[in-house]
Amino acid sequence: MLRFAVGQIVRFASLMVAVSVLTFALVSASPIDPVQANTGQAAMLSMSAEKRAQLAERWGADEPMWERYTAWASDAVRGDWGESLRFNAPVAEVVADRVAGSALLLVSAWILSGVLGTALGIIAGAMRGRAVDRVIRTYCYLLSATPAFWLAILMLMVFAVQLGWFPIGFSVPIGRSAATVTLAERLHHLVLPALTLSVTGVANIALHTREKAVDVMTSDYARLAAARGEGVWTVMRRHGLRNLLFPAITLQFSSISEIVGGSVLVEQVFSYPGLGQATVTAGLGGDAPLLVGLALATTALVFVGNLAANLLYGVVDPRMRAEVSHVRG
Amino acid sequence: MCAADRAKREVACSRSVATDGVSSVTVFHAPASPRFGSGRRALLAGAAVSIAVLFAVVVAGRLLEPAAVATNLADKNLAPGFAHLFGTDWMGRDMLARTVSGLGTSIVIGLVSAAVSSIIALVVAAIAALGGERADAAVSWLIDLTMGIPHIVLLILISYALGRGALGVCVGVACTHWPSLARVLRAEILQLRAQPYLACSRALGVSRVRIALAHALPSVLPQYLVGLVLLFPHAILHEASITFLGFGLSPETPAIGVILSEAMGYLTAGAWWLAVFPGAALLVVVLLFDRVGAALRDLMSTEGVQR
Repeated sequence: MLRFAVGQIVRFASLMVAVSVLTFALVSASPIDPVQANTGQAAMLSMSAEKRAQLAERWGADEPMWERYTAWASDAVRGDWGESLRFNAPVAEVVADRVAGSALLLVSAWILSGVLGTALGIIAGAMRGRAVDRVIRTYCYLLSATPAFWLAILMLMVFAVQLGWFPIGFSVPIGRSAATVTLAERLHHLVLPALTLSVTGVANIALHTREKAVDVMTSDYARLAAARGEGVWTVMRRHGLRNLLFPAITLQFSSISEIVGGSVLVEQVFSYPGLGQATVTAGLGGDAPLLVGLALATTALVFVGNLAANLLYGVVDPRMRAEVSHVRG
Repeated sequence: MCAADRAKREVACSRSVATDGVSSVTVFHAPASPRFGSGRRALLAGAAVSIAVLFAVVVAGRLLEPAAVATNLADKNLAPGFAHLFGTDWMGRDMLARTVSGLGTSIVIGLVSAAVSSIIALVVAAIAALGGERADAAVSWLIDLTMGIPHIVLLILISYALGRGALGVCVGVACTHWPSLARVLRAEILQLRAQPYLACSRALGVSRVRIALAHALPSVLPQYLVGLVLLFPHAILHEASITFLGFGLSPETPAIGVILSEAMGYLTAGAWWLAVFPGAALLVVVLLFDRVGAALRDLMSTEGVQR
C-alpha cells in the first residue's frame, strides 16, 4: 500500500513538473506580446515609451524563460503561483475562485452523463437488435459527431431565446450581489449548461456499456439464469450489473478529462464564469501566469479522477483487491 | 434471420473492442443472408460516395470562396429562401457559400493535421515497441502527459505559443491526437515482435530501423490506415472548436468556427439560420468521415474479409 502511494505521488509530481515546464515553454515561445494584447492597438500607439517599458516590466516580457521558470517554481512550491495580469489578483485565488464557480456545473454534468450513459447502454444491450437499441445507437452515433459548442448554441436558441424558459447566460442573475442569490436561481442558471455538457459524455459511455451488456447477456451464466426462468431484467439485475459496473466506473472517471475540456466550450457559449472561461480569457489576453495555473489545476483534476478510478476497482471487484494485495503483500 | 446475422456480427465486434475479461461467447450461427448495405461491395460503394461528396465539398469550397466573402448590403439578414438557401448574414454574405467554403477549409486542415498526427503515432509506436525498455517507458510517460492535460487546454496553449492562426491549429491538433493510435500500433508491433521470423532477423543482426521499415511498417499498415481515417472527424471537430474560441483561423477566413462565433452575436436577434445550417453541415461532414473510417475498418477486419 505504501509503495502504491509513493508511486502515485512521484507520478503526480513528475506530471506537474512536466506540465509546468511545457506550459512555460509554450507561453514563452509565443509571439503574442502581452503588453499589446491587453492595452489594445489604439492605447499602445498613444502611450509614451517609458509607460510601455513600465508595463513590459510588470508583465515580465523581457526576461529569459529559464530565469522566469526557476523564479516561478521556487515560489510555486511555497504556494505563491504568481499574479494574474488579467484579473489583477493572485493566480491561486483566481483558480480557486473559478474551480468553485465550475464545481457545480462539472459535477452535475459528470453525474448526469454517467447515469444517463450507463442506463442507455444497459437498455440498448438488453434489448439488442430491437427498435429501442437501434434508436439509442443512432442517437449516440449522432451525438458523438456533434460539436459541443454548436449544441450549446442550439440549446440557447431553443430554450432561452425562443421559449424563454432559462436565462441566456451567466451563473447568477445579472446585477445582484452574491449574497442575495438564492439556490433556486443558481440551479435555474445551471440547467442548460449542465445538460449540454453532460450530453457530450453520454455517447461514449452508453456505447461501451452496451458492448459490455451484450457480452453479459450472451454469456453462459446469463443463459443458465434464463433457462432457470429468470426474465431479461432479473438476469441483468442479479448477474449483469456487477459485471457492468467495473467498465462503467473506468469510463466514468476517465471522462473527467472530456468534461473539463468540454466545459471550456460550453462555459464560453453560456458566459458561465468558471475554469473554462478563465482559460479562454487567459489565452486570448496573454495572461501567462494564469494559463500555467489553470493548466496545472485541470491536469491535477484529471489525475485525481484517474486515481479515484484505480482505487475504486478494488471496492467493486473483490478479485482485483485480492490480486493487488497478493502482488504487493 | 436478419436479426441473428446482425447479432452475430455485433458479438464479433464487441469481442474485438472489449479489452478486459471477455467471457466466452457461444452464438447460434444463422446462415449469412445477403442483405442490402452489408456486403463488401455495399461498404465500398458507401465509402466511395462519402469520399466523392467530401472531395466535391473541398472543390466547391475553393470555387465559392469569392462568393463567401462578397458583401451585398442590400440583401442583409435575409431568412433562408430560394435566392439564398441558407440565408444571409448582417453584411449580406450568402451563408451557403460561406458554409461550403468553411467546410472546405476545415476538411483540408483536418486532413493535413490528422495525417501528421498519425505519422507521429506511427513513429512513436515503433520506437516504443522496438527501441527497448527505456524507450518504451519514455513513450508511455509521454502518452500519460499528453492524455493528462485536457485536449482543449493543450490546444489553447499550443495555438497561443504559435501566435494563433492556421499553423497553430494544425500543429495543435497534430500534437494532441496521436496517443490513442500510438497505443494501438505499439500493441500491434509488440505482438509482431514475438513472431519467430522477427526473432530470426534480430539474431541475424538486422538493425532495428531496418526491422521497423521492412517488417513492422508493412504489417501494421492496415491498422494505421484505419486509425488515420478515424482521426479525421476528431481533427475537424477540434479545429472548429478552437477556431470558435478565437484561437484558430483568423476572423476573415470563412470557417465554421468563425461563422458560429459570429452567429453568437445574433442569437437574441432571432437569426437562427446563421447557426443552425453551418453547424448541421459540419455534423454531416463529420458523419461522412466516420462512415468512411468504419467501412474501412469493417473491410479490413477478419470478419469483413469473410463477407
